[in-house]
Amino acid sequence: MLEIKNLHARSEDTEILKGINLSVAAGEVHAIMGPNGSGKSTLAHVLAGREDYEITEGEVTYDGKDLLDMEIEERAAEGVFLAYQYPVEISGVSNKYFLKAAINSIRKHNEQPLISRGDFVAMLKEKLALLGMDKSMMDRSVNEGFSGGEKKRNEILQMAMLEPKLAILDETDSGLDIDALKIVSEGVNALRSPERAIVVVTHYQRLLDYIVPDKVHVLAGGKIVRSGDKSLALELEDKGYSFLNEGTEAVAAS
Amino acid sequence: MIATENDAYQESFNQFQTEQSATAPAWLTELRQAAMTRFTELGIPTKRIEDWRFTNVKSLAAKPYQNVQSISLASGDAEELLQRAKLDDSFHRLVFVNGHYVSQWSTQHELPEGVVIENLASSIRENSGDLQERLSLETSDEAAAFIALNTAFVNDGALIDIPEGVVLDRPIHLIFLSVESGQTVCHPRNLIRLGKGSRAAVIESYLGREGEGYFTNAITQIELDKSADLDHHKLQHEQTDSLHVASTHIDQKDSSEFRSHYFSFGSLMARNEINCMLDGGEIVATLNGLYMPTGEQLMDCRTRIDHAKPNCNTYELYKGILDDHAKGVFNGKIFVHQDAQKTDAKQSNQALLLSDDAVVNTKPQLEIYADDVKCTHGATIGELDENALYYLRSRGVSKDLARKMLIFAFANDVVQGVEIPAVRQHLETILLSSHGLPDV
Repeated sequence: MLEIKNLHARSEDTEILKGINLSVAAGEVHAIMGPNGSGKSTLAHVLAGREDYEITEGEVTYDGKDLLDMEIEERAAEGVFLAYQYPVEISGVSNKYFLKAAINSIRKHNEQPLISRGDFVAMLKEKLALLGMDKSMMDRSVNEGFSGGEKKRNEILQMAMLEPKLAILDETDSGLDIDALKIVSEGVNALRSPERAIVVVTHYQRLLDYIVPDKVHVLAGGKIVRSGDKSLALELEDKGYSFLNEGTEAVAAS
Repeated sequence: MIATENDAYQESFNQFQTEQSATAPAWLTELRQAAMTRFTELGIPTKRIEDWRFTNVKSLAAKPYQNVQSISLASGDAEELLQRAKLDDSFHRLVFVNGHYVSQWSTQHELPEGVVIENLASSIRENSGDLQERLSLETSDEAAAFIALNTAFVNDGALIDIPEGVVLDRPIHLIFLSVESGQTVCHPRNLIRLGKGSRAAVIESYLGREGEGYFTNAITQIELDKSADLDHHKLQHEQTDSLHVASTHIDQKDSSEFRSHYFSFGSLMARNEINCMLDGGEIVATLNGLYMPTGEQLMDCRTRIDHAKPNCNTYELYKGILDDHAKGVFNGKIFVHQDAQKTDAKQSNQALLLSDDAVVNTKPQLEIYADDVKCTHGATIGELDENALYYLRSRGVSKDLARKMLIFAFANDVVQGVEIPAVRQHLETILLSSHGLPDV
C-alpha cells in the first residue's frame, strides 16, 4: 500500500530525512521508533503533505499513485490520515461541523453520496462511545481548551469517523496517562483490518504493549537503521537508543 | 466673504434656530449657539491632525448636507428598513427617522416604577431634570468638532433613566434610520443613566437607504452609578455610500460594570469612538469590537480608557476582517492615572487581511503614571493561520472551505461574546451571509 524509496527531505537548510526506505502492506501495523530529533515526525508530516518540507530526492507510492504529487486534502481524501502529536486548536469552529465538513469533502472527492444528518449523528454517537468521550465536546471548538489527553482522543475519534486506509499516528501516546492510553489503543485496535495499514510513530515502547505491531523500524539520523519484529521494541526498551548510535555511524561509515 | 465648507452647516443652523426659537428654552438656544461657534472655530478635522491622519473625513463631511426638519414616511423605504432593523418584538423599541422620533413605530412594554424610556425632544419640551447640564458635554477629545456640531443641532434621541436597584429584564432597542431623499444629516443624541445597582441592556442600530449619501453624527452618553451594570451593543449597518461619525462616552462609578459590543458593517466611512472614564474603584469595563470593511470602505475604531482610581479591570478585544481595497484603523488609548494602582488592563487588536490591497493601521497607546499595574497589549495583523489551514486540509477539507472556516471562526469569536440571543442570532446571520459557512 505504501512504498517509500530513498526519501530525502529538508527543512530550510537542514536535511532531516536522508534516504528512507519503507514498505507497508495493507493489514499491517508498523512501528517507527527512534530517539528525539531522528526525523520521525518529519516523516509523518511529509506523508501528510506539510508544505514546510522540501523533498529533494526519492519517491513515495501510495496505492499505486505518486503521493508526493498530491495536494494535502487530496491525500486525506485518498485515505491518508495523520493523528497529530500536537493537534491544532481552532477557535470558533465546532468539532461537529469540522467532522461533517471533513467526511463530506472526502465523499465529494470520491464521488460518493454525502452523509445524511441522521447517519452522521448515529456514527458520531457510536465512535464517541468507543473512545469514552462526552457528546458535549462536539459542540465545542476544535481542540480548544481540551486537555492533552482529550486532544489525543479527539484525533483518534476523527480517525474513526474518517475511516482512512493508511493511518499514521505521531506520538499518540505522549501526554496520556495509562487509562487514556488504553482507551486510545482500543480505539486504534478497533480500526485494524485487512484493508487498512497503520504506522505508529513513537519514542517509547509502552504504546506497543497495546497496539501490537507486525514490524518495528528504528529511525536514527534520518535513516532506518534497523528493522525487526515486535521483539525489537522490547530490546530498545531494555537497552535504550544509545547503542544504536554506534550502529548508525557504522552504517554511515561503511 | 470666503466660502468655506462650513457654510452649508451654518445656513442650515440659522434656519434650525429660527424654527426652534418659538419652542426651545432659552438655555438650549444659547447652548446650541455656543456649540455652533465652537464648531466654526474648530472646523472639520483635516488629515494634518494626528488623530485623523488615516481618515480623510473632510472629503465626506464637507458636503452640503441638509438637516431634515420634518419627515413624511410616505415611501415604503422606512418601513422596509425598520423590518430589517427589528430584532425581537419583546424588546422596548424607540425608532428615529432622520433624527426624529416616530412614536407609532416605537413600543414600550410595561416598565418598573421610575424607569424612563422616552425621546429627548419630549424631555426638552417638558424641560425636565438636569438636561442642560447633561447636554453640555465638555470634551477635549479628538471628535470635538463633531461633538460641537451634534450639540449645535441637538434635538432628539433616546433618554433612558433606570432608577436605583431596578433590573430591566427586556433590552432597549434604539433604531436610527436615514430615509429622506437628498444628502441628509442627522445628529442623534442619546442619554443613558443607570442608578445604583441597576441593570439594563441597550442596542443601537443604524441603517439607511441608498441614495446620494447621507451623514449620521451620533453621540451616546452613559452614566453608571455605583454597582450598575450595562450591556451596550451597537450595530452599524449604514448604507455603503454614507458617512457615520459617532462617539460614546461612559462615566463609571465604583463597582459598576460596562460591556460594549461594537459591530461595524456599513458606511463608506465610519469613525467610532468609545471613551470610558473609570471614576471609581473596582470597576470592570469590557470593549469588544468587530469591523469588516470591504470594497472601498474605511472603518476607524477608537477607544480611550481612563483608569482614574485603583483596582479596576478593563478588557478590550477588537478584530478586523478587511477585503478588497478596504482600510481599517484601530487606535486604543489606555491612560492609567497616578491614583490608579492595581489596574489590570488588557488590550488586543487582531486584523485579518484577505486581500493584498487591504490596509490596516493599528496603534495601541498606553500611558501609565501609576507603578503597581498590569497592562498588556497586543496587535496582530496577518493572514490566516497556516497551521490551522494545514490541519483542516489534512482532514480532507478543501483549501477554499478551510479558509472560509477560519475567517468565520475569527469573527465568530467576537459574536459569541454577545449575550442577548436575538442580537447574537442577527449577527450570526450576517456573518453567514458575507463570510458564511456552506452547509456541509
